[in-house]
Amino acid sequence: MLGYIFRRLLLLVPVFLAVSVVIFSIIHLIPGDPIDNLLKIGSGPEQREIITARYGLDKPLVVQYWIWLSGVLQGDLGTAIVARRPVADLIAQALPHSLTLGLCALAFSTTFGIVLGVIAALNRDKFADQAIMGGVLLGSTMPGFWLGLLLILVFSVWLGMFPVSGARTWSALVLPVVTVGLGGTALVARVTRVAMIEAAQRDFVMLLHAKGMRPLRINLRHVLRHALIPVVTILSLRIGWILGGAVTVEVVFARPGLGTLLIKSLNQHDYPVVQACLLILAMAVMLGTLIGDVIQAAMDPRIRAALG
Amino acid sequence: MKVGTFDTRSGAIARALATPKGVIAGGWLFLVVFVAIFAPYLTPYDYDIQNLPNAFAPPSAAHWLGTDEFGRDLLTRIMYGARTSLSVSSVAIGISVFCGMCLGAAAGFFGGWFDRAVTVAVDLTWSFPEILVALILVAIMGPGVTGTMIAIGVAYLAQFTRLTRAQIMAIKSETFVEASRSLGAGHGYILFRHLLPNALTPVIVAAMLATGDAIILEATLGFFGLGAQPPTPSWGALMSSGTAQLFKAPWIIILPGVAVAVTVFAINLFGDALVRALDVRAGLREA
Repeated sequence: MLGYIFRRLLLLVPVFLAVSVVIFSIIHLIPGDPIDNLLKIGSGPEQREIITARYGLDKPLVVQYWIWLSGVLQGDLGTAIVARRPVADLIAQALPHSLTLGLCALAFSTTFGIVLGVIAALNRDKFADQAIMGGVLLGSTMPGFWLGLLLILVFSVWLGMFPVSGARTWSALVLPVVTVGLGGTALVARVTRVAMIEAAQRDFVMLLHAKGMRPLRINLRHVLRHALIPVVTILSLRIGWILGGAVTVEVVFARPGLGTLLIKSLNQHDYPVVQACLLILAMAVMLGTLIGDVIQAAMDPRIRAALG
Repeated sequence: MKVGTFDTRSGAIARALATPKGVIAGGWLFLVVFVAIFAPYLTPYDYDIQNLPNAFAPPSAAHWLGTDEFGRDLLTRIMYGARTSLSVSSVAIGISVFCGMCLGAAAGFFGGWFDRAVTVAVDLTWSFPEILVALILVAIMGPGVTGTMIAIGVAYLAQFTRLTRAQIMAIKSETFVEASRSLGAGHGYILFRHLLPNALTPVIVAAMLATGDAIILEATLGFFGLGAQPPTPSWGALMSSGTAQLFKAPWIIILPGVAVAVTVFAINLFGDALVRALDVRAGLREA
């Protein structure tokens, strides 16, 4: 098991390099020059050259990439061109906000998704099933930013229950988590329902019924445990999707997280910050997938055996 | 063979429409498409003529859904917005389906280094959420309808490449393909006569569901001001301009969002009905 984790971590290295090349080259395709934001009105071409040279933007792209990559590997993400602060500082400030939001939303989706999926599966094709599945589907078809604004309007403005925006109190976390979490809830509920229905048709379940075990106990103790394996797979595959939802929702709720930082830097052409944000998001997705695979192996003895 | 598959496919739409869910969803989708095409004949107002004294009028008999910050009829703008949102998302998914099928089919059929390169590229794209891919591509190409179409198209490319490749790989080893090959059929004949027609059904269903996601993505890009530029209305752009008026005139943002949510909901319901009617292998939805 430890060997498996180690091998998977080792595999991340080439992927990390490939991702860094992609991010670096794509960022430099964005038209617009970050220097434009720094020049004072009326400054001549000499000043432009000086500033360009200060940030190393006059060197060939390959050299720029090498400087950036060797810095990143030493924990130095460069200096933000517009914000004029170390990128690592900006990221360190933003990351906790995004992590809390992402993890809480993940917990929200998992809890509610599994509970709703189980209830739907136990009432298969009855009213409760159709109502739950219809409800979660509708929840996932609403654009995240729109749902967020609607929740602000109802719960913050009309009812005054939660703060409109920001991240100063824990109560400011409730609406963003619900907004991001609803999309994932639909996914988890759908997979749980199908997996429960499939697992309930296995022979060992029939045996448990035959020996007289109470149906509720069979469903929760045995069927659900089987059904959770595909749920973990889907969650680990779609972790980036949840993070992606968090990006837009952060902007709506003015949470000072990675998403807000990314959109702001993208508008300002602040390359080093955009690169760092994308790199961190991509790494988060890859680590999420890895953790999902490890949890899956820990849950399923068959996978564990196959890994050796 | 070809006629047979075609028959089951067109029959599937009829069978999907025979279920209550399919009828409601199909009816709504028909209505939205109809409104998008015939918008100029259905409304007495123009989408871009401003009428400032009449700004922020709440819903009334003259303006069923009220007016926006420039006094323009909101229902008219939502109807024209359907044009932009539907055409952008379907062209975008058209791009991903076409390019994805070409890449996926070539990778799955020929294998070798090309297959490995495609797989690596797909896996790399997979580690970025679609919204990020689209945001960055729009930043590169500049805001506007064309940029949005291409950006969304590329964002969903990986999904269709992966799906087509898996389909081709699965069908490639079937006995009827082997039989055709031993009868002397060439690569092109096998690919276009046997493999692609048989791989098409799951791709069509996935394309339908992805169009729903693309509508949301288009709305999100529009919300960030990166989609269709004013005065062209799109559902996302309408919501974006409504944000500033959230407290003053909430209907400006609520109603276009309802249009998005109900339309995407209908696409998903119809997709579900279609999956049942076609009996596509379970698990497609989870992919």
